[in-house]
Amino acid sequence: MSAALELEGLRKSFGKTEIIRGVDLSIGRAERHAIIGPNGAGKSTLFNLITGRFPKTSGAIRLHGKDLTGLAPFEINRLGLSRSFQITNIFPKMSVFENVRCALLWAQGHRYSFWSLVSRSRELNEGAEEILEQINLTARRDLPAGVLSYAEQRALEIGITIAGGADVIMLDEPTAGMSHSETDYIVDLIREVTKGKTLVMVEHDMGVVFGLADRISVLVYGEIIATGTPEAVRANPKVQEAYLGAALEAEH
Amino acid sequence: MTSLDHTRTRPAAGGLSLATLAPWLMAALFLAVMPFIFADNSAITIMNQMAITIIFALAYNMLLGQGGMLSFGHAVYMGLGGFMCVHIMNWMEDGAISMPLPLLPLFGGLFGLGFAMLIGSFSTRKAGTVFAMISLGVGELIAACSVIVVVFFGGEEGVSGDRTYGIPVLGVEFLHQIEVYYLTAFWLMLSAALMYLFSRTPVGRMANAVRDNPERAEFLGYSQRWVRYYSFCASGFFAGIAGGLFAINYEILTEENLNLATSGTILLVTFLGGVGFFFGPIIGAIVFTLLATVLKLHTELWQLYVGAIFVATVMFFPGGLAGLLAMHVAPWRLGKMGVLVKPYLTTLLPGVIGGLGLAGATEMLFHAREAAEGDEAMGLFFMEVSSHSPVAWAAVLAVTAAGFWLARRGAPGLKAAWDEANTAPRGRR
Amino acid sequence: MDLVLVNLIDGLVTGLLLFMLSSGLTLIFSMMGVLNFAHASFYMLGAYFAYQISKSVGFWPGLLIAPLIVGVLGALVERYGLRRVHKYGHVPELIFTFGLALLIEEIVQFFWGRAQVPFLAPEALNFALFSISGNAIPAYKVFMIFISMAIFIGLLLVLTKSRVGLIIQAALSHPQTVETLGHNVPLIFMGVFGVGTALAGVAGVIAGPVLGTFPGMAIVLGSIVFVTIVVGGLGSLWGALVASLLIGWVTTFAASYNVGMMDVLTGLGFTPPEDLSESLFRDIWSLTLPQVGPILPYLLMVMVLVFRPYGLFGKRDV
Ligand SMILES: Nc1ncnc2c1ncn2[C@@H]1O[C@H](COP(=O)(O)OP(=O)(O)O)[C@@H](O)[C@H]1O
Ligand SMILES: [Mg+2]
Repeated sequence: MSAALELEGLRKSFGKTEIIRGVDLSIGRAERHAIIGPNGAGKSTLFNLITGRFPKTSGAIRLHGKDLTGLAPFEINRLGLSRSFQITNIFPKMSVFENVRCALLWAQGHRYSFWSLVSRSRELNEGAEEILEQINLTARRDLPAGVLSYAEQRALEIGITIAGGADVIMLDEPTAGMSHSETDYIVDLIREVTKGKTLVMVEHDMGVVFGLADRISVLVYGEIIATGTPEAVRANPKVQEAYLGAALEAEH
Repeated sequence: MTSLDHTRTRPAAGGLSLATLAPWLMAALFLAVMPFIFADNSAITIMNQMAITIIFALAYNMLLGQGGMLSFGHAVYMGLGGFMCVHIMNWMEDGAISMPLPLLPLFGGLFGLGFAMLIGSFSTRKAGTVFAMISLGVGELIAACSVIVVVFFGGEEGVSGDRTYGIPVLGVEFLHQIEVYYLTAFWLMLSAALMYLFSRTPVGRMANAVRDNPERAEFLGYSQRWVRYYSFCASGFFAGIAGGLFAINYEILTEENLNLATSGTILLVTFLGGVGFFFGPIIGAIVFTLLATVLKLHTELWQLYVGAIFVATVMFFPGGLAGLLAMHVAPWRLGKMGVLVKPYLTTLLPGVIGGLGLAGATEMLFHAREAAEGDEAMGLFFMEVSSHSPVAWAAVLAVTAAGFWLARRGAPGLKAAWDEANTAPRGRR
Repeated sequence: MDLVLVNLIDGLVTGLLLFMLSSGLTLIFSMMGVLNFAHASFYMLGAYFAYQISKSVGFWPGLLIAPLIVGVLGALVERYGLRRVHKYGHVPELIFTFGLALLIEEIVQFFWGRAQVPFLAPEALNFALFSISGNAIPAYKVFMIFISMAIFIGLLLVLTKSRVGLIIQAALSHPQTVETLGHNVPLIFMGVFGVGTALAGVAGVIAGPVLGTFPGMAIVLGSIVFVTIVVGGLGSLWGALVASLLIGWVTTFAASYNVGMMDVLTGLGFTPPEDLSESLFRDIWSLTLPQVGPILPYLLMVMVLVFRPYGLFGKRDV
């Protein structure tokens, strides 16, 4: 059986500087995989390459064995891959409810329909309400998304990402800038909604990473220096030296 | 673009409720009785023009307000639909085809749609500035073609027809203005309802999403380009319907129906009305048609004033008239409209008077320069004044200065009152 | 052959004139992301101001003073109009400049009337400099070429040699990073807008006597200028130059060669329909090159957009 997501010799240069310098990675189905690494290591760039936001320089990306070369973000999304952004990326002028409902449209097969009304589909509206319930934003449903607090916008961002029910979900620093209690809540939410799904996430909070991930990859300067179970990665001297030591110290 | 889309449809209430239908029923009733209130022909002509402008403005706002696409060439789709309909009227006159006249606008719509499908295939690739420039170029191209492709556009004098050769509907042959009025009103209701419903369909909702954040929409499975394309085609369709109604009403189309001036006017109408709300363009079309009609009667400088009002709107009230109305919903709900009355009277009123004073000075200057030697008397705001008299000049300048000075002085108070009117009493949120 | 030479000169004049407008427009667009719809209106203002000045003190002072006034007006528009609208986004900015273009046209009509004003080339340049097989080349045309050339060389020097020029260049290639350079960005914006509109003003002064000074002159040239920068690629100065010259020559040559479609089609072996005036295709048969000349720029634009969506030299997403 093929892996859910497979990267092979992936490279990306911006002008003369190579940011991703040959990444090989295979993420299995229903695996929860965390990517950690210092700032500027290229984690978000890796996400952008996988999701078709940037074109890759060379190498291969396969989703369920299918090569993604040349596909636009919307085509990749239709193959069952959904992502969130490190910098909140929502529809600020639409209501919170609309935001979530739009995220459900394609997944529920509405496509470019101009002959059906969104208010008529029970599945669509109940689905959106359910997501709102999950991300704790029911009370805010009619507000324009742009006026929500930062943490609420982050929750909405995750809600939009998971709404479509994609089977590979990629989250870029989902808990960045959140308080402890908010983080705990979001982690529970992520655990719940990604049951049976493949999760790839970038995260700086080591507590979150070690609590959630089945496997961890460490990305430093565009290269993966280690991949393995949390215990193995924690024990890896190379990782200790390059990154974890400092990060774990910062935790305490 | 600046105001918000509030969609408060509760999930379970998917059906038609009286609350959602009420405005539409009222509008239909309103349209039905208007000719009884304003019965003379010139009034009916103005109402017909208003109805056509409303359809066109609503179609235009499918692009600008709902899809975030600024077009400088949308007159083309209305114009082409109109030209096609005049030709069809001529074919009906020749006996080549026959059908009832009320069906005609549909063909205008289809022709507009066909053209939008063609042009949209490359123009909707990008939004923003690029889209705007392409729309301008294509608009100019087709307007310029009108003198070359004489077969279709009729050259300089355009093409004209006669609407009365259709198959009579219930004995009506559309000889009278009033019959045309009801035909136009019918299409107005139908088009407006369809355009409203379009905005509630999946692709209509995604049009808003793509307008707000095209990139994010792509990560939800939608191609921003195709979403724009659908809106563009739909807009071309309804613009074509407006063109068909224009053909029926005026029985002639010329290059003027295609050119930049017409495209610019519909932008102006839509923006004045407000692009953030579905009903904005309706207000815009009504107010603009009335304003233009009245101003045209009284001053040669009406376009100068319209231009100034437009620029002021873009700078100070980017939500347009609908936005201004919507701003007052919150104070209204909080029951605090009373707070605003006094500052409005002490600030806005002098501001308006100052503006009128300025217009008066402009008129006097214009008269002093343009009128024949020795002709000094002019009508100004129902008064007879001399455009050369220092007293009149002093008076008008004093009014202007005083108005603006008062408005300026009252501005902080207005701002404070506004903030006050928008804060809920303590304990409520 | 001689006609070709004459057309080359005429096309060059038109092309350089276009470039004087499109370069300013491109600079403003690249720096601020704003497409100034009113750009051609500043060109018109340049012509009218120079006309007004020429009535009392002659053409030459006007050549200097009118663009200065236009530039100051432009800077004021940026400072008190555009900057205010900026926060609403690029589309409202474009709408604002569109409204401004309408307003300026009305204001010009208010002060100078609807008819063309008699703005004439200076006496000193009112002679034929040389002639090419019977076609006199007026000195004024050569003067136009020199003025535009001089301005470009000046612009080039400023852009490549001065500090401000370097900042502008940085802004052109990395629009996001200018803010971080720590320069007074609003001031630079105002300056660029002022200089860009002043350039348009110069173009107006020297074009007014040739192309006519009338309230529609902004619309006539404006659309072509926009086409030019789209064809060249939004934001590319070289693209603007190439597209300006291309369009200048294309329109000039099209206007002077009376090739009819009739000849082309019969040459290709088609026979004209019996009764041409009744044929559905009569417009195709009677088409001539001078007739299609004015729409060639637009056709060119559509073609470029279909086959090269970023324009000839553009590389940037807008
Ligand atoms: N669009 C881009 N153009 C040029 N450089 C970029 C771009 N995006 C990211 N980079 C560079 O790539 C490097 C990695 O960035 P990023 O992937 O955001 O790091 P991380 O998410 O690991 O913190 C950084 O040095 C950044 O400056
Ligand atoms: Mg990152």
